[in-house]
Amino acid sequence: MANEVERDEVTGVETTGHEWDGIKELNNPLPRWWVLVFYATIAFSVLWWILYPSWPTLTGYWKGVLGSNQRLDLDRRLEEARTAQARWLEKIAELDTAAVAADPELLAFAMRGGEVVFKENCAACHGLGGAGQFNFPSLADDDWLWGGTLEEIEYTIRHGIRFAEDPETRDSQMPAFGADEILDRQQIEDVVQYVLSLSGRVEDAAAAARGEEIFAEQCAACHGVDGRGVAEIGAPDLADGIWLYGGEPKDIRAQIAQPRHGVMPGWEGRLGDEFVKMVTIYVHNLGGGE
Amino acid sequence: MAVAAVHAAGVRAEAAYNEDVVRLFTIATIFWGIVGFLVGVYIAFQLAYPVLNLGLEWTTFGRLRPIHTSAVIFAFGGNALLATSLYVVQRTCRTSLFGGPALASFLFWGYQLFIVLAATGYLLGVTQSREYAEPEWYVDIWITIVWVVYLVIFFGTLLRRKEPHIYVANWFYLAFIITIAILHIFNNLAVPVSWTGTKSYSLFAGVQDALVQWWYGHNAVGFFLTAGFLGMMYYFVPKQAERPIYSYRLSIVHFWALIFLYIWAGPHHLHYTALPDWAQVLGMTFSVMLWMPSWGGMINGLMTLSGAWDKLRWDPVLRFLVVSVAFYGMSTFEGPLMSIRQVNALSHYTDWTIGHVHSGALGWVAFVSFGALYYLVPRLWRAERLYSIRLVEWHFWISTLGVVLYITAMWVSGIMQGLMWRSYDSLGFLQYSFVETVAAMHPFYVIRAFGGVLFLLGALIMAYNLWRTMRREIREEELLPSQAGALRVTPAQ
Repeated sequence: MANEVERDEVTGVETTGHEWDGIKELNNPLPRWWVLVFYATIAFSVLWWILYPSWPTLTGYWKGVLGSNQRLDLDRRLEEARTAQARWLEKIAELDTAAVAADPELLAFAMRGGEVVFKENCAACHGLGGAGQFNFPSLADDDWLWGGTLEEIEYTIRHGIRFAEDPETRDSQMPAFGADEILDRQQIEDVVQYVLSLSGRVEDAAAAARGEEIFAEQCAACHGVDGRGVAEIGAPDLADGIWLYGGEPKDIRAQIAQPRHGVMPGWEGRLGDEFVKMVTIYVHNLGGGE
Repeated sequence: MAVAAVHAAGVRAEAAYNEDVVRLFTIATIFWGIVGFLVGVYIAFQLAYPVLNLGLEWTTFGRLRPIHTSAVIFAFGGNALLATSLYVVQRTCRTSLFGGPALASFLFWGYQLFIVLAATGYLLGVTQSREYAEPEWYVDIWITIVWVVYLVIFFGTLLRRKEPHIYVANWFYLAFIITIAILHIFNNLAVPVSWTGTKSYSLFAGVQDALVQWWYGHNAVGFFLTAGFLGMMYYFVPKQAERPIYSYRLSIVHFWALIFLYIWAGPHHLHYTALPDWAQVLGMTFSVMLWMPSWGGMINGLMTLSGAWDKLRWDPVLRFLVVSVAFYGMSTFEGPLMSIRQVNALSHYTDWTIGHVHSGALGWVAFVSFGALYYLVPRLWRAERLYSIRLVEWHFWISTLGVVLYITAMWVSGIMQGLMWRSYDSLGFLQYSFVETVAAMHPFYVIRAFGGVLFLLGALIMAYNLWRTMRREIREEELLPSQAGALRVTPAQ
């Protein structure tokens, strides 16, 4: 409004004479430190432009006097990392898994590398430390669906279970006794009672006795006469109280009527031979290795 | 006699200002602020306790996060900018809004429709998946129309001003309006799959698409959340402090430096990606040069209090404004620091970024808006003063505690996360798996969510206080002698 320069009473600085809705402006100069730091950041930037790739040109871009290049830098560092681990990895490639596990230095390396691989690839289903979760077996106990020796674990990791992309994958199917009408409703109920009795949970002794006969005819071929399972065909132990798909009567009934068949991918293509061996050793050492 | 005439002239001038639309935008600011903070608190708890995703597609983190970001930036921040810019431009130009009440009403309802269209799209999974620009093409076209109307109203009002010069707040508001329009149009260039469907495909691909997105994304921060709110600061700080702006020269220099440098800084969001080295270095250096131009606003804001520092002891409204400027200074130092590639190598993709954003969003943007709301409401509703000064004190301390808990939790969690990601053991293997870093962050997620609860609580106290103020009620409370007199706004009529 009023275009007259005034002097501010508090600071003694002159105003610009502008006024808007009662707001005036002082005519302070730019703070010296502010200007200097601003210049310093500009100088810093110019220095960086000289040292590093910066301004584009008509034909490409200024490469910088340091020759810095992120992509080459990454390649170099990956190569360094590979070289640093090469002396162990080369030995692991040559030896079989049992021989790797027998060499203390290689064992230590394999346990660390196996742990890293396990946590990034396996833990999502099998849990940290191989604790397992519903539908995914624990790897830390001594109950093994497909066998718990080094050799058996390695085969499972390498080729997977019911993994369609690998012809050598482990495979087995349990018949759908209910859905395919192999057994009627009452028979299934009797088998459920018998299976419960295998782990000491007798609810209905008469039904369990009838179920035992059906079990011997229909189930024993795979699960064994005593129901202790057969690892060669992935038939689980039904008497140890460990249940992949749940151990309540309703869970057992559902599995007999229309069974689930878990799938595990084969890891050879993704991890490569050395890391399959390493993660095998790690899993074997989780607590249940045979 | 003379006093009476001046008073009458004042009333006439005020009657000519369009305050109806400012009142509407003010209410919208409060409403959307609460919504945005509430969704933010909820998704913060989702990160700590994933069960809160509820197993429904509409309530997953992925759908709710853009509702939070858009609600706080565009609904809360946007309405605050619209309310204050339309208030400030009228008063500092001594003229009413160009285009009259009808155009202003269209702007208000058009903008709210944009918010509702965007939010309902997110819930239903309709998204472009572009950061801070998630709405699909039909919403983009609508907001373009609304925004052009905003520009016409604002620019038209400036053109018919009754002051010889344009006040600095209006430079910032104008830069914000124009630049956001340009950013929005280029970032959203896309081809709809059909005129009856919601889906579209971006005109850009690959790394060029990424660069356009972050050119937009960073300048959404630069021009929406910085330039726009500096406009707010330049009006409400000198008004509430009743002191002249510290330096006219500084305001000119830092304005032009800020406007020129900001637009180049976007590539710092794409360090160590497919973006060419040279573009990364340019993005980084322009961000470093941006430090002082950003601080120019802080200096002008803080130094305006010379001779009025004692007011901070008893004026909680001024305290909101001053603390906001301090947070602004802190996050505009942190930004250039994090843009340096070697620092970014640690901070990128970690919670440090989230902490940085929120020190700016909660500490700067929200606090300066709260200060402006406390200034505006009693004046717009012709109340003698705010309903309760002590509730403003409560709001201030609860929110400040919330912000501090939030950003410190994210700093610690982010730096820890970055260090865990890059630590190797003696055999050359990564020390930690990704899931272990997630587990380590859990306690900080809980602290952060609790900080968010405090911030929301403060905002609810403000909403209550402002609602009672709008009803021209005054709470009986014990005040300091200086508070009782000085916090009284224009005399009741």
